Amino acid sequence: MTRGTFRQKLDYVLLILSVGFILSIIGGVRAQTELLNVSYDPTRELYREINQAFIAQWRAKTGQTITIRQSHGGSGSQARSVIDGLNADVVTLALAGDIDAVAERSGKVAKDWQKQLPDNASPYTSTIVFLVRKGNPKQIRDWSDLVKQGVQVITPNPKTSGGARWNYLAAWAYADKAYQGDEAKIRDYIARLLANVPVLDTGARGATTTFAQRGLGDVLLSWENEAFLALKEFGSGQFEIVVPSLSILAEPPVAVVDRNVQAKGTTEVARAYLEFLYTPQAQAIIAANFYRPRRPEAADPAVLKQFPALPLVTIDAHFGGWAKAQATHFADGGTFDQLYKPGR
Amino acid sequence: MAMHEASPLPKDQRQDSPLVRRLLIAVVLAFLALFLLAPLLVIVVEALARGADAFWLALQDADVLASIRLTLLVAAIVLPINAVIGIAAAWAVAKYRFFGKSLLLTLIDLPFSVSPVIAGLIYVLLFGAQGMFGGWLQGHQISIVFALPAIVLATLFVTFPFVARELIPHMQALGNVDEEAALTLGATGWQTFVRVTLPNIKWSLLYGLLLCNARAMGEFGAVAVVSGKIRGLTTTMPLAVEILYNEYMSVAAFSVAAVLATLALVTLVVKSVLEWRYADDLAANHRPDRTRA
Repeated sequence: MTRGTFRQKLDYVLLILSVGFILSIIGGVRAQTELLNVSYDPTRELYREINQAFIAQWRAKTGQTITIRQSHGGSGSQARSVIDGLNADVVTLALAGDIDAVAERSGKVAKDWQKQLPDNASPYTSTIVFLVRKGNPKQIRDWSDLVKQGVQVITPNPKTSGGARWNYLAAWAYADKAYQGDEAKIRDYIARLLANVPVLDTGARGATTTFAQRGLGDVLLSWENEAFLALKEFGSGQFEIVVPSLSILAEPPVAVVDRNVQAKGTTEVARAYLEFLYTPQAQAIIAANFYRPRRPEAADPAVLKQFPALPLVTIDAHFGGWAKAQATHFADGGTFDQLYKPGR
Repeated sequence: MAMHEASPLPKDQRQDSPLVRRLLIAVVLAFLALFLLAPLLVIVVEALARGADAFWLALQDADVLASIRLTLLVAAIVLPINAVIGIAAAWAVAKYRFFGKSLLLTLIDLPFSVSPVIAGLIYVLLFGAQGMFGGWLQGHQISIVFALPAIVLATLFVTFPFVARELIPHMQALGNVDEEAALTLGATGWQTFVRVTLPNIKWSLLYGLLLCNARAMGEFGAVAVVSGKIRGLTTTMPLAVEILYNEYMSVAAFSVAAVLATLALVTLVVKSVLEWRYADDLAANHRPDRTRA
C-alpha cells in the first residue's frame, strides 16, 4: 500500500537526517582547548590577527594547539550576555564600566581586575573623531557644528554601545570647556546634539554601516580606529576624517573571567593571551589596526604618524571614573534619559 | 487543504471573462516579480559580484560551514518535535471536546503574536546565569543559554504554530468518520492512527513541516538573543549573514544569504517533487473527501 510505504520512507529520511546531523556536530567539536573572547564591536579585524599570532606563539611555546572563538556586539550588551552566562574566558570590552558591571553583578571577574594588568588593563587606547562624507559638504569642523540645523549625526545607543558612551562623554567634555562648566548650557548643547540623531544603532559597527553603507547622516561620531577602517574598506575617496578641537582618551580594557576559566581549566592560557597583547608583536598588530598602542616603540613609525595629536580628556580626571560617569549619565534616569527625546 | 475541494460545475463554466483572468494573472505575476523575484536575484548577483570563485571561497570558511551545519541541525531537531506535538495538538483540538479548548487554540497562536525577541528573552530569563534555574544549571555544568539547547528552544517556540495551524482546519473538516469506521472494524488505536489518520492528513502535515522548516532555518530575532554570537559555534546562517555584512565582507554575506535562500527553495522543490511523484496517491486520498461532501 503506497500510503504506508510513503510514511515509512518519510520516517526513515527524517531519522537518517537527524542522526547524521547530530553525529556530524558531535564529531566536529571537542578535544581542543578553546578560548572564548567576548569583545565589543569594532575589534573584529584586530582580534582576527591577534588570535592567529597568539595561536602560533602558544604552539611554539607549549606545543599545544588551541582554538580562539570570538563573539562581538555592543559592549554593554556583550557584558550583559556574560552576566547571563555566556561562557567567556576573557572579556575585551570598550570601557571599564562594562567589566565593572560583570564583576559586580555576576562576581565572575575579580573586583580588582583593572590592577591585574599594566596600563589600567588597557593594552591599547583610542579616541573619538568625526567621519564625514568626501569634501565635507556640511562644513563640520568641531563639536559646535554638530548641533547646527539640518545636520544629521550618527552615533550608536549609549545604553548598549561602549563607543557611544565615549562619544557622549567627549561631547560633554567639549561643552564643559566651551561653556565653562555652566551645567544648563551643557545640557542644552547635548539635548540639541541628540535631537540631530535620527537613529541609534546598538553597536559601533552598526552605526558605521548605517553611515557608510546605507548612506544615512552627515557625520558619524566614531572610534578613531573604526573611522580609519572605514577609510580603508571603502577607499579614501568617499569619506574624510575630521579631528575635533578636543576629544577623550578611550581606554578599552581587558580581563580574565576568573570563575569561567577556573571551571574550564583555561586560567593559564587565558592569562597568557591577555599578557600577549602587551608584547611588541601584538602592539605592532594593534597599531596596524589603527588602535593607539601603549608601546609606540614597537609599532611601525609610518603607522604611528597617522594618529593626530589632539587634547584628550580622561575619564578619571574629568568624570571621576566610570562608576560615577555611568551612574550620572547612562543609568536609568541619568542625563542621557533626561536629554534624549526620540522622534522629537 | 480546502483548495482541493471540487466545484460541481464543469471547468469552463466556472471561469471569469478572459480579460479579467489575464489582468489578474498579470497583476499577481508583476507583484511577485517585483517583491519576491527581484530581491532574490539581487542576492545572487551580489554573491557573484566578484565571480564564482569568490562565492565558493566564502562558503569554505570554517565559520560559515559551521553556521550551515548548525542551521541544518537545528531544523533537523525542531522538525520532528514540531511534527509530533503539532499532530497531538491538532488531534486534541479537532477530535475532542474539552474544557479550555479555546484557550489551547489561543496558546497555539501565541508564538505568532509574541515578538521573537521576547521569545528569546524568555529563555535567557529562565535559564540564564541570573535566571530562575540559572544557579542550578551552572552548578551541574549544564549550559542551555548561549548554546545549542536555547537555540533549539527558541526556534521551537517560534515555529510551533505552523504544523498545528495547518492540521487543525483539515482534521476538523475530515471529522471522525474514518477513524470510527476503522475502530468498528477492529483496528487498534495505533493502527487507526497510522493507517487512517496519518494518510489522510499527510499532505497538510507535509505543508506545515515545510513552512516550519523555512522559518526554523531563517529565524533571526529569537536566536540572536540566545545565541551569544560565538563564531563557529552558536551562529546560525541568518546570524552569519549579519556578522559578515557588518565586517564589510558583502560577497561572503550574500553568498551565505544565497545558500539560505536556496535551502528554502529546495524545500519548495521537494514539496513539488513529492506532489508529482505521489500524484496518484494524492488523487486517491482526496476522492473520499468528494463523496463525503
